[in-house]
Amino acid sequence: MSSTSNPSTQHTSTIGAIGAPSRRNTELALLVFAVVIPVFAYANVGLAIDGSVPSGLLAYGLGLGLLSGVGHVVLRRFAAYADPLLLPLATLLNGLGLVVIWRLDQSERLQQLAKIRYGTFTPSAPNQLMYSAVGLALFVAVLVFLKDHRILQRYTYISMVGALVLLLLPLVPGIGADVFGAKIWINIAGFSIQPGEFAKIIIAIFFSGYLMVKRDALALASRRFMGLYLPRGRDLGPIITIWAVSLLILIFENDLGTSLLFFGMFVIMLYVATERTSWIVIGLLMSAAGAVGVASFASHVQARVNAWLDPFGCYDTSGACEQIGQSIMSFGSGGVVGTGLGQGNSDLIGFAANSDFIFSTFGEELGLAGVMAILLIYALIIERGVRTALAARDPFGKLFAVGLSGAFALQVFVVAGGVMGLIPLTGMTMPFLAAGGSSVIANWALIGILLRISDTARRPAPAPASNPDAEMTQVVRP
Amino acid sequence: MNKPLRRIAIFCGLLVLALLIRDNWLQYVQADALRENPKNRRVAIERYAQPRGNIIVDGKPITGSKQTSGSDFEYKRTYKDGPMWAPVTGYASQAFGATQLESIEDGILTGNDDRLFFRNTLDMLTGKKKEGGNVVTTLSSAAQKAAYNGLKKQGGKGSVVAIEPSTGKILALASYPSYDPSSFAGNSTSTDTKAWEKLQKKNNPDDPMLNRALREVYPPGSTFKVVTAAAALENGLYTDPEEPTDTPLPWVMPGTTTELKNEGNIPCKNASLRDALKVSCNTVFGKIGADLGNDKMLEMAKKFGFTEEQFTPVRATASVFSDDMNKSQTALSSIGQFNTAATPLQMAMVASAVANDGVLMKPYMVDELQAPDLDPVEKTDPEEYSRPLSADNAQKLQSMMETVVKDGTGRNAQIPGFTVGGKTGTAQHGENNSKNPYAWFISYAKTSDGESPVAVAVVIEDEDAVRDDISGGGLAAPIARDVMEAVIKGKQ
Repeated sequence: MSSTSNPSTQHTSTIGAIGAPSRRNTELALLVFAVVIPVFAYANVGLAIDGSVPSGLLAYGLGLGLLSGVGHVVLRRFAAYADPLLLPLATLLNGLGLVVIWRLDQSERLQQLAKIRYGTFTPSAPNQLMYSAVGLALFVAVLVFLKDHRILQRYTYISMVGALVLLLLPLVPGIGADVFGAKIWINIAGFSIQPGEFAKIIIAIFFSGYLMVKRDALALASRRFMGLYLPRGRDLGPIITIWAVSLLILIFENDLGTSLLFFGMFVIMLYVATERTSWIVIGLLMSAAGAVGVASFASHVQARVNAWLDPFGCYDTSGACEQIGQSIMSFGSGGVVGTGLGQGNSDLIGFAANSDFIFSTFGEELGLAGVMAILLIYALIIERGVRTALAARDPFGKLFAVGLSGAFALQVFVVAGGVMGLIPLTGMTMPFLAAGGSSVIANWALIGILLRISDTARRPAPAPASNPDAEMTQVVRP
Repeated sequence: MNKPLRRIAIFCGLLVLALLIRDNWLQYVQADALRENPKNRRVAIERYAQPRGNIIVDGKPITGSKQTSGSDFEYKRTYKDGPMWAPVTGYASQAFGATQLESIEDGILTGNDDRLFFRNTLDMLTGKKKEGGNVVTTLSSAAQKAAYNGLKKQGGKGSVVAIEPSTGKILALASYPSYDPSSFAGNSTSTDTKAWEKLQKKNNPDDPMLNRALREVYPPGSTFKVVTAAAALENGLYTDPEEPTDTPLPWVMPGTTTELKNEGNIPCKNASLRDALKVSCNTVFGKIGADLGNDKMLEMAKKFGFTEEQFTPVRATASVFSDDMNKSQTALSSIGQFNTAATPLQMAMVASAVANDGVLMKPYMVDELQAPDLDPVEKTDPEEYSRPLSADNAQKLQSMMETVVKDGTGRNAQIPGFTVGGKTGTAQHGENNSKNPYAWFISYAKTSDGESPVAVAVVIEDEDAVRDDISGGGLAAPIARDVMEAVIKGKQ
């Protein structure tokens, strides 16, 4: 599969990808599974809850099939050499997410809870289906209009401004919204948007463009210390800036997840760009210092840490502890094979059961086996992303692909680790699974970009144009 | 740039690996602990997800299940004659958990017991809904009714325990005042929580939720003289019930200048064991205790079950007989005063051992555990607990106790046509005996063929009664008689 393992004998400037199969048929076969599995899951939920196959089964199956079919056709037309795994994997996760969101819509407990708090209950699954369609539309738009990812390089500094604006929007009075303590939402025209999800992609453009240009300077070492080549003092500017912005997000938006995500992404990309391990060490030290510093005076961070350390010790007194305790018990009650879809009590978690905590429902109803399968699907997406970075031929593409995959990996780790009590809980959503428009739309765009990069990387170079000069030029001996 | 890229790939792989390991820890290693965590509401949800199995007396359920709506719990526990049976059943409440039989046999009642695993798996495959099994008790509804109604009519606090001496089956287990476990079986904050609050000791000084039959110890007073008499016979201090004992009157307790008083002017000087028991001489039995000493008295008390918690399987508090007393303290303890304290179950065991010719059977109240289809899962076999006295001495003691009922303080317990043996007790308590004494009566009945179908212990703590009226013979003996009669009638 790797282009480097297939050395070409042809005299072109692009190495290796000549003759690589497009793999679109593999993708189509995988897509069939990616649609059929969620359809079965949907039928399963209906049978478990009502004892009958849900009436929307056909429409759901056709809808999911149509969406992924459109994605597939667009890939055939506009990115024929793109990675064959990413679209089926994302479709499968999106489809399963929809099923579980629908399953939680059926929970009387959550319906009552919503009625008590908001006066009415609105099911989330129809919205999520709509958002998935919008996400796929954005995916298609990326592939159709972004002919070459290197175009984005031109917008390096505009991206920086754009990402900062998106990140700071929730703090603007009037449109920023405080949901369960985290200020990561904005309300525009009746829609709740989580700008951080989009900022994730846009800031990756800035990091890639910036690091590509500055990598040589940042790789310069001043002196050796304990086996590490330390960067020059003046080159610490960028990392300190990003660190400060991350801390500001953590302090003012009360969002550990986003903060960790951006800083982590920058450190990964910095390391890849400069090949200096010292950046990793410096990054870890800075995040540790930042985390300890903030945790020592910010009470909400302390509450999260306490809930993580001993969820059952403060279970009856703190909402944070109860939430994480419920989530852990949900996983435990699922056991190895789970209760079966629709038969668990993960709705005991209450609010955010279908967004931040949707993974707990997977844990309880699909069990250890199901959760490991989902985690491996995520691992595959990440692995395909990093492989795309390896295959990419331009440094911008490499950095962009690894930035996006690294951010995706960090997000999966932070969310899944949070709900499983491995690390303190942060307010982020599981990509593709969780209810939430911004998340699913942004992640479809992310997959679209990765596919565009992989297409560029694997696309065979056009046959070298006949060089008129070669024929015309004669060597004239004096 | 490819070398760091590969390292990042490994790093991402490690992140996922950490998640996988954590997941295995949660869902495999810790799964059972989390599933059964007391804070895990699923335990209660599952407990009430299907009709709970029943607790059965005389072939009829004394519990039931009712479908509810609007809560996490599909079914709610109901009780028939809740207050009467509460000391047997305990309670199973959605809001407040379960106790006693409801808690001990929860596995069978909910159908989750490991012994039902095969059956449950089979049911799952055939699509049958899970059901709870039944707990069949040894109790007799006639005896229980007689016991509870007797206590209720009496009006004071009290308790009755009846045992079948030959097997140890508990026939009646009543406590008064009692509570209705139905009243807080649900989880409504407006009704169930209020009912629960009202029953708590801090709001209700009568403490209706105390299971007096098993969990309260009272000074047994003169009923303990049966144990002392058994010790005298077994240790050979006196071998003949008719033999005059060596008891001066007045008798000064050894090591003190205090006389041990009798209740009233009764003929206790050198009285025989039979006469001493008949009129309940403190001096005679006090001196026997002092003569035998702490160790021998303790040994006999232990053989009857004192100092040990009994599991019926519901736990009964250990009755007390101290091991560090001097002669005068031993004398007082031997007439059921000083530190001596016994549960009603304990005193029923004493009567039962005497009636069963000296063999004490382990008391139990669960006869059989049944699977949902009524197949037996476990059957309890009668088990010998100890042999406090020889058959010979037991029969001597029986004849003495029968005299008590025939001509002595226990005449109220007589049942025409049957032989009844018993012993009254009036235990003093409070500083300088200022509080009203407890009225005790322990007895057994014998049929004409010498078999004894029932032994009873009754205790009444009546704070409203006139002090003089409280004597075991007056308040407690009639209740004991009614319970014994109910059992005998049931046998015929």
